[in-house]
Amino acid sequence: MSRLPISKTPKPYVGGAFIRSESGRTFPVKDAAGNFFANIPQCTRKDLRNAVEAAAKAGPGWAKRTAYNRGQILYRLGEMLEARRAEMIETLVCFGVAKSAAAKETDTAVDRLIYYAGWADKYEQVLGNVNPVASPFFNFTVTEPMGVVGVIAPDLPPLLPLISLIAPAIVSGNTVVGLASEKTPYPAILLGEMLATSDLPGGVVNLLTGFRKEMVPTFATHTHLRAISAAGVTAEERKALRLGAAESVKRVQFAAAATEREWFAEAAQSLHAIRETLEFKTTWHPIGA
Amino acid sequence: MATLTSDRKSTRPSRPAPELIFGDLWEFDPSPETADPKLKPRYDLFIGGQFTAPKSGKYFDSINPANEQKLAEIALAGRDDVDAAYAAAQRAFDTTWGKLPGRERAKYLYRIARLLQDRAREFAVAETLDGGKPIKESRDFDVPMAAAHFFYHAGWADKLDYVAPGRRVAPLGVVGQVIPWNFPLLMLAWKLAPALAMGNTVVLKPAETTSITCLKLAEILQDAGLPPGVVNFVTGAGEVGAAVMNHPTPAKVAFTGSTEVGKIIMRALAGTEKKMTMELGGKAANIVFDDAPLDQAVEGIVNGIFFNQGHVCCAGSRLLVHEPVADRVLAKLKNRIRVLRVGDPMDKNTDIGAINSKEQLGKIAALVDSGVKEGAEMFQPPCRLPAKGFYFRPTIFSGVSMSHRIAREEIFGPVLSILTFRTVDEAIEKANNTAYGLSAGVWTDKGSRILKMSVELKAGVVWANTYNKFDPTSPFGGYKESGFGREGGRQGLLDYAKLV
Repeated sequence: MSRLPISKTPKPYVGGAFIRSESGRTFPVKDAAGNFFANIPQCTRKDLRNAVEAAAKAGPGWAKRTAYNRGQILYRLGEMLEARRAEMIETLVCFGVAKSAAAKETDTAVDRLIYYAGWADKYEQVLGNVNPVASPFFNFTVTEPMGVVGVIAPDLPPLLPLISLIAPAIVSGNTVVGLASEKTPYPAILLGEMLATSDLPGGVVNLLTGFRKEMVPTFATHTHLRAISAAGVTAEERKALRLGAAESVKRVQFAAAATEREWFAEAAQSLHAIRETLEFKTTWHPIGA
Repeated sequence: MATLTSDRKSTRPSRPAPELIFGDLWEFDPSPETADPKLKPRYDLFIGGQFTAPKSGKYFDSINPANEQKLAEIALAGRDDVDAAYAAAQRAFDTTWGKLPGRERAKYLYRIARLLQDRAREFAVAETLDGGKPIKESRDFDVPMAAAHFFYHAGWADKLDYVAPGRRVAPLGVVGQVIPWNFPLLMLAWKLAPALAMGNTVVLKPAETTSITCLKLAEILQDAGLPPGVVNFVTGAGEVGAAVMNHPTPAKVAFTGSTEVGKIIMRALAGTEKKMTMELGGKAANIVFDDAPLDQAVEGIVNGIFFNQGHVCCAGSRLLVHEPVADRVLAKLKNRIRVLRVGDPMDKNTDIGAINSKEQLGKIAALVDSGVKEGAEMFQPPCRLPAKGFYFRPTIFSGVSMSHRIAREEIFGPVLSILTFRTVDEAIEKANNTAYGLSAGVWTDKGSRILKMSVELKAGVVWANTYNKFDPTSPFGGYKESGFGREGGRQGLLDYAKLV
């Protein structure tokens, strides 16, 4: 007699816990063969607001961690993904990604985490500086995280862009509320499970699943989101994000990578992606006895 | 009458120590600056390297806010003039400026800096006549700082490989810029110098009340031999500004002004991929701890809020005082502002000049009324104000609470709101409890506390034991609703580049 396997209830990772949507809504996803895979929570604007609250709460503590510590936690996240590499590849394949492409995507995602982990205690040394002002002051410019960053991932590839948008934001002490690929949300659910075991404090990364058309307007207008980092959005969504951003002078950036291929390129990872979610602060300290 | 008493500290901290008060014992003789500002009776638009009459043939008056007398006529640009300016800028980018090696661009910027230094006195007088700021400020701050910005950025033009580590940079193309009336020439320099150093060409609109030094700078650009069209000036009010911001040509727009207008621009550009820099409003906290050198702090508070009549986006308009010294600080402050000299901006002894426009004077008066109505306690020194012109007495409000309009809204005038705090955490909470985040001040004897406060304050510029200091090498710009992008330094330069 064959054994009936236990199937997992997919739950997004928010505030360090695995949640269902407050609305109780779900939407079914099918695998590449067209078979029912699972019901995915269809998160709402309220779920988004709750996630922003969790991210805002986690923010100050995360930003105060030492750079060394944040670097190690991002590295640990790479370790977690590497350890569950086979499962991630299998999942991507299940949703129609070719085996070799799935392996490449997973490996690139791990490498990308390691790349940004290494920047944790270095970007400040490259982006900040002392300014030789013409008066008796020690004048220096340092970077600070912006706060809570809204990340909107493209549909494809399902994993790599999401990680490529999250990692440069959190490495500097920002916290993130991310919206997973609408078409292929399950890899983001799996990523949430890896985040939960990576020493990343709860609330630093919050991942929502659901429909973009329901969520984008709230991403645009939520005033506690200080920045939006989006990719794969339509011209209409871009406009909506920018219009909403105007209400609270929110920073909005759209990733340069436009094609699936470009996410794999060396250019898709950069010090300047970290800079996009940083503020520059200049302090004038007097020099004198 | 002046009284000379001992400087002994009072045993009761609530009662301020007696001090020397000069009051009106000695009258100052007038000490007017007399240099010739060399104004033309009429200023045209500056397009394609030439002074050009507006197609509509319309002009408006620029008046001296100190006496309401007409200074000159300024061209009113129309939509087609803005088109012509952008066409000239695009042509210059495609044919001359965009192709020039950085070391050659640098030489033009150095020339501009030098020519401005040559005519510094003339420009200072023109700036004061047109804008109402005290001559000592335009002479010692605005004009030299503007020249310094050109000189600093000149040197960057051939060193752009060092601006964005790991990447190469390229100019964006044509840039549209709109600047405010509070530092007409200096804001012009902040906008032009980095844009030009990076290899962009520019269409810029000065504020309608303060166009004269901008158009005088056009004379310098001609004298410097700057290729035609690299810089174009169009003049007029908000409609012209909207035409400059919303035009399809520029790859980037940069705006300095109110948060309200900044948001309008952001909305208008929402459907485009234009890059933006926004330098918007502020409601800065100037925080005085009980261990601060109080006399020095009082000077800093005065400089923080009364510099340029308080027409400063980063003005220290909210004074947060540690409770143990609150009474002493208030008493010292009252004594200090009693001797501020308010009046003729052209007088070299004037501390507070004219309010820039009648409209602004009305806004200040309305917010001050709201402060009185909401129950804050107002103090104004009994100084005489000139009969003609736009003037406002230096004003301080004590007993202000966080919910008062005068604690939340940008007044942009010589009005200080005083709040108190008991603990460091309360100071941080109050300082950050605003939609703005441009600047902050901290007064304390402890270096470690300065650094702690600097980390905690959500503001782009933090001044410790000083206030309102600026430098071309020092990036300036805000957090939150005070805008985004920086001006000055390596970080400011990068906002005029694209990474390639």
